[in-house]
Amino acid sequence: MAENPLLKVEGLKKYFPIKKGPLGRVAGHVKAVDDVSFQVMEGETLGIVGESGCGKSTTGKLLMRLLSPTDGTIEFDGKDMTSLTNDEMRKVRRDIQMVFQDPYASLNPRHSIAKILEEPLIVHGIASRKERKEKVKEFLEVVGLSSYHAKRFPHQFSGGQRQRIGIARALMTNPKLIIADEPVSALDVSIQAQVLNLMQDLQKEFKLTYIFIAHDLSVVRHISDRVGVMYLGKLVEIADSEKLYEEPLHPYTQALLSAVPIPDPHYKNEQIIIQGDIPNPADPPSGCPFHTRCPFKMEICTKVTPSLDEKRSGHSVACHLYNDQAGNDIKQLEGSV
Amino acid sequence: MAEKKTILEVKDLQTTFFTDSGQVPAVDHIDFHLKEGEILGIVGESGCGKSVTSLSIMGLVPHPPGKIVGGEILYGGVNLIEKKEQDMRKIRGNDIAMIFQEPMTSLNPLFTIGNQMTEAIRIHERKLSKKEIEQKAIDMLKMVGLPRATELMKEYPHQLSGGMRQRVMIAMALVCNPKILIADEPTTALDVTIQAQILNLMKDLNERLHTAILLITHDLGVVADVCERVIVMYAGQIIEEASTETLFDQPQHPYTKGLIQSVPDLREKRDRLYSIPGNVPRPGTIKQGCRFAARCEFAFERCRVENPDLYATSDAHRTRCFLYDGEGVEINGRESVAKS
Repeated sequence: MAENPLLKVEGLKKYFPIKKGPLGRVAGHVKAVDDVSFQVMEGETLGIVGESGCGKSTTGKLLMRLLSPTDGTIEFDGKDMTSLTNDEMRKVRRDIQMVFQDPYASLNPRHSIAKILEEPLIVHGIASRKERKEKVKEFLEVVGLSSYHAKRFPHQFSGGQRQRIGIARALMTNPKLIIADEPVSALDVSIQAQVLNLMQDLQKEFKLTYIFIAHDLSVVRHISDRVGVMYLGKLVEIADSEKLYEEPLHPYTQALLSAVPIPDPHYKNEQIIIQGDIPNPADPPSGCPFHTRCPFKMEICTKVTPSLDEKRSGHSVACHLYNDQAGNDIKQLEGSV
Repeated sequence: MAEKKTILEVKDLQTTFFTDSGQVPAVDHIDFHLKEGEILGIVGESGCGKSVTSLSIMGLVPHPPGKIVGGEILYGGVNLIEKKEQDMRKIRGNDIAMIFQEPMTSLNPLFTIGNQMTEAIRIHERKLSKKEIEQKAIDMLKMVGLPRATELMKEYPHQLSGGMRQRVMIAMALVCNPKILIADEPTTALDVTIQAQILNLMKDLNERLHTAILLITHDLGVVADVCERVIVMYAGQIIEEASTETLFDQPQHPYTKGLIQSVPDLREKRDRLYSIPGNVPRPGTIKQGCRFAARCEFAFERCRVENPDLYATSDAHRTRCFLYDGEGVEINGRESVAKS
């Protein structure tokens, strides 16, 4: 694995205005993504997990610049994407492709598979007509379909096959980075395994870098090298997947992991059931966004927003429990490691 | 624990949908029973007939195009299929209640929670006064762990979060103290932390009220967490039935085995997932042989011609696979079966 970051995100923010009244007065903002920073190394898979409304999909769209960020920088392959014009951006998108959640909605029902797969090549002006036809056939086979499928239409395929087509389309322009937003959550379990295996094979074959956005923690562990956990628009923890799952630091991550039902009736874990619901993102709590549900809430949590700092090697967490100022017991905690 | 009584028995149930492109047997000759106070899970992938099974029990199969064409559903010795719609209405809610996947679409957005909560009580228990009805609804909301129940009665569904709506649905379903609760993917639309809350609530209510629960899900994790017994369905048929422990420890049907292995494990990372080849068949497309034969790595000649019976391999374990047909006990028994 190469050591240079392919993607560098710094202080990324996206605020959606809430409009009220007949004149569309801006009454406040939904902080969908609030000061998120991370890096993605070449050839790795970064998983982003979180519950609904945590901002993981918005992050994905910001990286593609399908939404323009309120603030922050996105550096891809050494270029700052936030300052590019739309035309320049279009060229960069050749290197960043996206796979979507719903394979039923993301393929045009009136286009044949050949046309769907060919389109990115036409848009980017790659290859002649004849080469395009060849490439369509080649990539259908790469994703485990057959070249005769090119003449068919999306409704003739099952969900799993459609997701394969979605993946083939993303691969057509030979991208460096693929952003996959819940690519397997609409699929049945037996099909989900097929698509995950395919994605892993393709990563090796084409040296792809993935950003894998999902809510299913088991799936994310399976496919990711590193994992980031989001809560209410903030990245609360990010670490190597092994470390994050074996030794989660943030109380939210701990609760999230313990809540996943394990397909083994003998497995009895100590479930941490966190009370209540995710707060309204238009009116987030002051201080740490998780303090309203956190079992370890302290005085400081309601006032100061913790920053995401590296507390162990390669393991960053945004929580006051791991700050020295917060108390002596924390020092003990660190001392024991 | 003493042997529990059976309260619901489904015998040879067939529910068919009559469509323009032919008849689709969504539920194809299934038999099972539900005991008093137990939690029985039905798992399967999309189109396997698990939801149609539950709708058939409730007498809610959309007709046309769907129709129960054969079999019996015995509740307390009475066949529900032969009941008139009028009589079914008394059973629904009073004896058998149901909750659905999407709590937003199953609550009426135009009425307050209080209005919808009391409706069920008003219909089923006519003797109570208005005050008593209201009190009963509030008590039920408290029982499912909803805070500020009294104010909640005046609120509308859109003011509640997904988890709270599902709690309201459960409260509504249990308000008349039914013997059976059918829960069709009750936590699929919810986040994991909220799912954990709802599953705990269901386990807790099952213990306190002794309501038998028929839990329909696609999530093996949920099954392992809450169910005592499991039925696995595939293409309209039951292909395996066992206690939860047996099913996860010694799954017999190749489909069940494949399904269990293809779920990524949160606790350890495997290099590669096992995956069942092929696609989930559309209901009614496989007419001959074992429904799973085309995707099965153990399939042999007989599987393609004949559909296996549900063989009882031990007391409470049934499997629909020729590998377990009398002569061939283990997987190695494949040859002996082929010879016979």
